[in-house]
Amino acid sequence: MKVHIKYFASIREALACGGETLDTSASTVAALRDALIARGGAYAESLARGRAVRVALNQTLSDEAAALEEGAEVAFFPPVTGG
Amino acid sequence: MKENDRVSIQAQDFNVAEEIAALRAGDHRVGAVCSFIGTVRDRNQNSADPTGPVQSMELEHYPGMTEKAIEAMIDEAHRRFDIFGARVIHRIGVLQPADQIVLVAVTSAHRGESFKACEFLMDYLKTQAPFWKKEQTAVGAQWVDARVSDDEALAKWGIPASNAVV
Repeated sequence: MKVHIKYFASIREALACGGETLDTSASTVAALRDALIARGGAYAESLARGRAVRVALNQTLSDEAAALEEGAEVAFFPPVTGG
Repeated sequence: MKENDRVSIQAQDFNVAEEIAALRAGDHRVGAVCSFIGTVRDRNQNSADPTGPVQSMELEHYPGMTEKAIEAMIDEAHRRFDIFGARVIHRIGVLQPADQIVLVAVTSAHRGESFKACEFLMDYLKTQAPFWKKEQTAVGAQWVDARVSDDEALAKWGIPASNAVV
C-alpha cells in the first residue's frame, strides 16, 4: 500500500530528505520503521532501534503498533523540544 | 475549542495585551487572566558551555499536526479545569535571544483554575507539540535535546509522557 512519510529535524537532516511516498508491504508503523532501517546507511543510523524516535500517524502522536492503511501519513521525528 | 480560543503558529511576534483583550472579549464573567510567555535565552544547553552563547535559535514544526495537537490540548484543558478560554501562540523560524517564543493565556472566574490550566498547557505542549529547536552558536548549530524533567512535569497531571526517554 502507498504511505506518505515525513521526516523532521535532525532525522530530516541526517537523511537529507523531508519526506517520500512509498509503496510498502508493512502493515504497522513498526514494520515500516524496520523496512526503512533495512535500507542501511543514514536510515539505519537515524531510525535505529535504541534511538529515541517518535512517530505520528495521520498527524496524531502514535505508538508503533498502530496499523497502516492505504494513503496513511507517517512521520518520524526526534523527541519534541517546543515551548 | 471554545469561541475565543485560538491557536496560532506564526513567524511574527505577538502582543500579549492584544491577545488577552481578544481572549477576554468583553466577557464580564472573567475574574482571572493567567498568562505565560517563554523567551529565548542566550545560554546554550551544554552545561560546560564550550560552544559559547546562543546567537540565534531556529524553530521547526510539523504543519498540519501542530495546530491540531495544541487544539486538542486546549480541549483537554477545558475538560479538566473550569476555564472560559485559552489561547496559545507559538512562533517558528529564526529567533534571537530575548525574543518571545510562546504565549499561553487562560481566563476563568477565579485564579486557581487559570493558574493550573496555564501550567498544564505549557507542560503538555513541551512534551507533545511537534516543534524542534536548533541553537546556533559561534562554533556551529546543534539540535536541542528534550528533557526528562519535562516528561516528569506532564506525568504530574496524570498523563504518561515518554518524549525524552529512549
